[in-house]
Amino acid sequence: MSGTHGTETTAGPVEGHVPPEATSATGEAGDNSAGMAAVTRVARATLSPNGVIDDPTELRTYECDGLAHYRVTPALVALPETTEQLAAVVRACSEHRVPFVARGSGTGLSGGALPRADGVLIVTSRMRTIREIRREDQRAVVDPGVINLDVTRAATPEGYYYAPDPSSQQICSIGGNLAENSGGAHCLKYGFTSNHVLGAELVTPQGDIVQLGGLAPDAPGYDLLGTVVGSEGTLGIATTTTVRLVRLPEEVRTLLAGFRSTDEAGAATSAIISAGVLPAAIEMMDALAIEAAEAAVHCNYPAGAGAVLVIELDGASAEVEHEYAQVERFCTENGAFELRLATDPAERALIWKGRKSAFAAVGRISPDYIVQDGVIPRTALPEVLRAIAALSSSSGVRVANVFHAGDGNLHPLVLFDDARPGAGRAAEEVSGAILDLCISHGGAITGEHGVGVDKAAYMPKMFTDDDLDTMQMVRCAFDPDNISNPGKVFPTPRLCGEVPGKRKHAHPLVEAGLADAF
Amino acid sequence: MAEQSGQTRVQQNEPQADPQKAGALSHGPVPLDGSALRSAFDDEHPPSAELISDCVHCGFCLPTCPTYTLWGEEMDSPRGRIDLMKAGLQGAPMTGTMVQHFDACLGCMACVTACPSGVQYDKLIEATRVQVERHHDRRPGDRALRAAIFALFPHKKRLRALRGPLRAYQASGLPRVVRGSGLLERLAPKLAAMEGLAPPLEKREKLPTRVSAVGTRRAVVGLLTGCVQGEFFPGVNAATARVLAAEGCDVVIPRKQGCCGALSVHNGRQVEAEKFARATIDAFEAAGVQTVVVNAAGCGSSMKEYAEVLADDPAYAERARAFAASVRDVSELLTELGTVAERHPLEVTVAYHDACHLAHAQGVRAQPRTLLREIPGLRLKEIAEAEICCGSAGIWNILNPEPARELGDRKARNIAATGAEVLVTANPGCLMQVSSSLQRQGTRIGLAHTIEVLDASIRGLPVSTLGPQH
Ligand SMILES: Cc1cc2nc3c(=O)[nH]c(=O)nc-3n(C[C@H](O)[C@H](O)[C@H](O)COP(=O)(O)OP(=O)(O)OC[C@H]3O[C@@H](n4cnc5c(N)ncnc54)[C@H](O)[C@@H]3O)c2cc1C
Ligand code: SF4
Ligand code: SF4
Repeated sequence: MSGTHGTETTAGPVEGHVPPEATSATGEAGDNSAGMAAVTRVARATLSPNGVIDDPTELRTYECDGLAHYRVTPALVALPETTEQLAAVVRACSEHRVPFVARGSGTGLSGGALPRADGVLIVTSRMRTIREIRREDQRAVVDPGVINLDVTRAATPEGYYYAPDPSSQQICSIGGNLAENSGGAHCLKYGFTSNHVLGAELVTPQGDIVQLGGLAPDAPGYDLLGTVVGSEGTLGIATTTTVRLVRLPEEVRTLLAGFRSTDEAGAATSAIISAGVLPAAIEMMDALAIEAAEAAVHCNYPAGAGAVLVIELDGASAEVEHEYAQVERFCTENGAFELRLATDPAERALIWKGRKSAFAAVGRISPDYIVQDGVIPRTALPEVLRAIAALSSSSGVRVANVFHAGDGNLHPLVLFDDARPGAGRAAEEVSGAILDLCISHGGAITGEHGVGVDKAAYMPKMFTDDDLDTMQMVRCAFDPDNISNPGKVFPTPRLCGEVPGKRKHAHPLVEAGLADAF
Repeated sequence: MAEQSGQTRVQQNEPQADPQKAGALSHGPVPLDGSALRSAFDDEHPPSAELISDCVHCGFCLPTCPTYTLWGEEMDSPRGRIDLMKAGLQGAPMTGTMVQHFDACLGCMACVTACPSGVQYDKLIEATRVQVERHHDRRPGDRALRAAIFALFPHKKRLRALRGPLRAYQASGLPRVVRGSGLLERLAPKLAAMEGLAPPLEKREKLPTRVSAVGTRRAVVGLLTGCVQGEFFPGVNAATARVLAAEGCDVVIPRKQGCCGALSVHNGRQVEAEKFARATIDAFEAAGVQTVVVNAAGCGSSMKEYAEVLADDPAYAERARAFAASVRDVSELLTELGTVAERHPLEVTVAYHDACHLAHAQGVRAQPRTLLREIPGLRLKEIAEAEICCGSAGIWNILNPEPARELGDRKARNIAATGAEVLVTANPGCLMQVSSSLQRQGTRIGLAHTIEVLDASIRGLPVSTLGPQH
């Protein structure tokens, strides 16, 4: 992989396969065909007949996730229905040194589930059982393919819900959420996935089934669960997972506030947070993002707004009442020209629909776009937004902004038309410069979409070689053979040298001088 | 046009003359099988690369796709099917596997509703199906079944042979292509189930050619009577005419109208679809109406597509556009006009089922609900997972009985959970489909078309006229 940080372009047929420079992450088909054949045999013997896909036409539908720019056709797709089946496939992979990549619903935006041409894609979309809703314990036990929103749907009749709510919640899987440590609008108050996963069964890269954490919080010893959450499928595959359920709030108020500019909206956000009010969510969209959402879902946001804030307060009625008064005042003081409080669930849903479909909706106003994901300290928000606007006007590349304003997680959407020569390149430059801005303001290169294949090249900008080596040693402890989603997260493959493992001789990559052992 | 497609077909049987041509469409990896096969689509209206490129691969359409919810596989999801079309455009051959995933699509268009990026999957799949019909050789059994379906449904007289309990078994009046195909065996249990739940088959009263408005005339409309609707639910057409008249419409019912071609349009049978479309346009033009009213969701959605169906026919293209623009679902027209006829109370709890071809394909969701809510005493219940198809989908349930049953049972469970006394919907296919599932799970519930409920209210009929007929 080289310096490209990839683009989420619309999946037009003009797209080729993965850029050639990315092949170190993606493998060459046929490198280990004997191994692959052996794994295929095991998969056929273990899984239901339609659970093994090797038809070349069918395989193509798995060649990318939500980041359609990178495409690799996997050698095999396995659709296990149970943990045991899944483990059997992983064990066979381990035995035959065949790389595997986990995939949930394939909505990831960093190419984390990009397959390997020489490997197996293990998809959890047939592992969708909600095993238990334990009302008394405020826990749900679910299989890895269970869709995020379905957990909430199952818990709602009991008076609970699952708090982390990525915009993709209607389809993304709990396993994918765990692997990406996904966040969402309501993470401002409730925290990311890592705050809500209490235990997980993990199929290790050797194919062993181990239990990390459990129903009780804070197990003694190292926090291996904490290590696995956010590991993007590089430490094994999470199966049955125990998550925390949160009591449905007594009252929810959703406010839509229209401002003339993002500066005003940013100032209102800062005023709210510094006054000690903690809304469940504060989301911001700028004019371009509003235009897209309007085109897609007719959300009827205030006309002429340069920015809107979606602010949601929840909790005990008295508290919400009190906070609402403050929020209203901070918005007006900072220039809000329209305040609209949702009066019924339908109105609330429509306000959120505008926000939640914003990414995909950008497809309506631009043929291609890059979804960027960076975090900055909230206080740097106005400054960074101005810098982005300056970048945009100096380069002529349009940038739409949608973000979790409350916690400084930016999602600039860099718009371009790939049919115009040089446009893609220019967009990538702007997108990269935005990340640099985030880093230079003390932020990070990803807030919630993960590193995947897309941002691996950016890791050295944030971390020293020592930092990266330390991370890779953790990886080696779990996956000495480097078969669990290899090529993702880290820019250069490092091999696990002397750590206990099955390897008898130097790895061919070391011999060829392509990778270091340490 | 007919000649043209004939020509194309001849061409297709020959090997691709210019090997470069297959590659011309391809931008990525060209044929997947080692063999140098012809790419899946020819140049005559393949699925549009531009429309395909609207898909950003976000996956938001997946949970509403019935086949994805059944099987959890990417290639049986909207996103995956679009990938397959793209592979076809890039030179992948039309393999049996590829066709299987296109065939498995119910055409319910739930994905169109769900897609934030505005992907026009309806246009994509229709173009794809035409190509499949041109280039794919189906297995003999499948071919026979399809032939039988298209020899039966668009023909009112043949459908009539199926009316009445168990009549199907002795439907000797039908052509051999129908009798030998296994079609009747697949239909008979459904017909029996439906007859158990639907309002009793009225004597087929011959509709007059014109029904005059009650009171001040507010519009002159043409009414499509439809094949399945007309034969199995004749009461629906009579009720439609009565309600329209009560609301001030002169209703013209052209005697000469035939099948609107919905099944052909939705199954890639281009030439046949064009023929039906032309005839329907002729019939209603001759009737001199400005608005054409439809009470069957599938018919309405295909008639609104006539502009696309006849786009290549210079003699009809413009007329088809005007015709398509004049088509209204009956609930659309009634809400546009606004209510004048008095509604009498109906003390009943109804569950409203969104027919896919009304809700997803025509975007008509609010209007039927508004009309039902106007009836005093009526309680309206929503059905969980409303956006997921009941599995009827035109002829899909005949071609794919097992998955259709799974979908039907799932829908029936959600319907039963509402506790409603009457299930209301606007498509004969849905009623046939869910009634067998409801019967299987022992749910006693009445079945009615939206317009029958309105009719009962306007006429002050008792609720029992809508109840289960056991
Ligand atoms: C329109 C849109 C909006 C989005 N909004 C948000 C948002 O608001 N917040 C947010 O955080 N993300 C968002 N995302 C990104 C994405 O939805 C999340 O990263 C999500 O968690 C991915 O889940 P998935 O099931 O699709 O995983 P996939 O894309 O299939 O996989 C993601 C990663 O997880 C790994 N993985 C999958 N399952 C497992 C498992 N069982 N065990 C171990 N590893 C596994 C894969 O190998 C891959 O590395 C959005 C995406 C889209 C398309
Ligand atoms: S039309 Fe229906 S069945 Fe076909 S892809 Fe769309 S949602 Fe799935
Ligand atoms: S919702 Fe639309 S853009 Fe997203 S994957 Fe489905 S068809 Fe493509």
